[in-house]
Amino acid sequence: MKSRSRYEIRFSGSGGQGIITAAVVMADAIGAFDGKNVCQTQSYGPEARGGKSKAELVISDGPIDYPKALQVDLLLAMTQAACDAYFFDLKTDGLLIVDSGLVEQVPTSRAVSLPFTQIARQQIGRELVANMVALGAVGYLSGQVSLESLHAALLARVPKGTEEMNRKALQAGIDAASKIDLSTLPRSIISDWETEL
Amino acid sequence: MGVSEGPRKVLLQGNEAIVQGALAAGCRFFAGYPITPASEISEILSVQLPLVGGTFIQMEDEIASMGAIIGASLAGVKSMTATSGPGFSLIQENLGYACITEAPCVIVNVMRGGPSTGLPTNVAQGDVLMARWGTHGDHPIIVLSVSSVSECFSVTIKAFNLSEKFRVPVIILSDEVVAHTRESVVLPNQSEIQVFDRITPSVPPEWYKPYADNNRGVPDMAAMGDGYRHHVTGLVHDERGFPTQQPKEVEQFLNRLHSKITKGFSEIVMTKSFDMEDADVCVIAYGSVARSAMRAIKDARAQGIKAGMVQLVTLFPFPRKVVDSALRQCKAVIIPEMNMGQISREIHRVNQAGTRIIKHNRIDGHLITPNEILKHLINL
Repeated sequence: MKSRSRYEIRFSGSGGQGIITAAVVMADAIGAFDGKNVCQTQSYGPEARGGKSKAELVISDGPIDYPKALQVDLLLAMTQAACDAYFFDLKTDGLLIVDSGLVEQVPTSRAVSLPFTQIARQQIGRELVANMVALGAVGYLSGQVSLESLHAALLARVPKGTEEMNRKALQAGIDAASKIDLSTLPRSIISDWETEL
Repeated sequence: MGVSEGPRKVLLQGNEAIVQGALAAGCRFFAGYPITPASEISEILSVQLPLVGGTFIQMEDEIASMGAIIGASLAGVKSMTATSGPGFSLIQENLGYACITEAPCVIVNVMRGGPSTGLPTNVAQGDVLMARWGTHGDHPIIVLSVSSVSECFSVTIKAFNLSEKFRVPVIILSDEVVAHTRESVVLPNQSEIQVFDRITPSVPPEWYKPYADNNRGVPDMAAMGDGYRHHVTGLVHDERGFPTQQPKEVEQFLNRLHSKITKGFSEIVMTKSFDMEDADVCVIAYGSVARSAMRAIKDARAQGIKAGMVQLVTLFPFPRKVVDSALRQCKAVIIPEMNMGQISREIHRVNQAGTRIIKHNRIDGHLITPNEILKHLINL
């Protein structure tokens, strides 16, 4: 795990994709199961019903002051609109994760593109759980949460009767992400030619 | 179950933590009308109160909600309501009745943008002076504020304790950011929580004078139905509880209402100071803005600025002693608020030293960011 005092994750997509649920499960895993400090905020009101949806996590070993994101370490974008709207304050060494089926124009080559919705449809049989597939990848690639805690929090938070489907989705996301080698990505979200300008 | 069984780390929203705090403090009656962004408090209590033998009523409006919690309180049950701006306007009518009848109760106002229906889903701090002065007549009241999920829990317990001890309505001012932020918090074991219950009469019923003064300035309180028959009225009353216009009795009664709060000042007033030891500039903040201020002073310190912060947990009675000493110590004080400067008026009032006061006001429905405060600290 990275020894940063403050690590920020932003989950984004459109209303109905389960963006906030994914963030709450991760916050629960980190806060209640791993015992670290975590603060989770989300878009609220009309913007949360259709249109863009976002949820943010601030993770820290110490007390958390400002509860919202200041500079994002990891951005998950589940739609092109969310990617375009929320990419602006990603740290230069931050990581972008997108749903490759829904985000065609990726603004940086320091990005991981995985077909979360397609995996959900083909492996689980329900597009509905694309959020949990994405959560598996975010959990794995961020290195901020133990995967056991993520599983435990998921089982505690999802509706009764959907546990197995959600668990499989989470695992499918972890499996897909485990094939990614982050060291092959460029170090910065800004290309070399851009910094030379 | 609603009440915590042992110390445990959990992920809670601010509104959920207020519920947990209320249950831990012994709240067993809630009457309210759902309103954004306070609805979760009603929603969760409607499930949890019956589990602990309590009562939940969804009322027709907030005037009735306030009436119901006063009634429950007079019957000996710790009671609470929760609302937001528009409902808080209606609360004011019966709030004075709670003051004059000295009915302990807790009112949560999760602040959103106003005036009127305003910005239902956005954050604001526009109800600060209304909490203090909203109901008519010269009345004493306690107003507390919360800035984190953990404070939602602890301050709610404190609110109940103060209301029971001083027989006064206590208002908790939360805001949309605090209400909906989820945070990991450690809930203490119930046995570690200090709970204060109102003092009941020790004399036989026929000797009971329901509004008789004592050395605490807070009369012993019998519950309706306990055999201590007494009269309750919104008119100024004598020590038996019956209306009076005798100047001496009126003056005695009203003076006692105020002096019981003055006497309890040091117990009621809660503030938190951070990095104030060597500070030559400071930020005075409350509610969710205190979180931004905390970040701002850390960033300022990293740039060599000797910045400190005073967080006001109690807003009224106004923590004038702590504010006064911060004003005397610092060359400048920054007051960020999500209103046009309601607490800064109070700070100006106690600024005997003539210290430079810089207001920072944001009223667009969004939380003040650390950078906004930091800019002031840098530009001093």
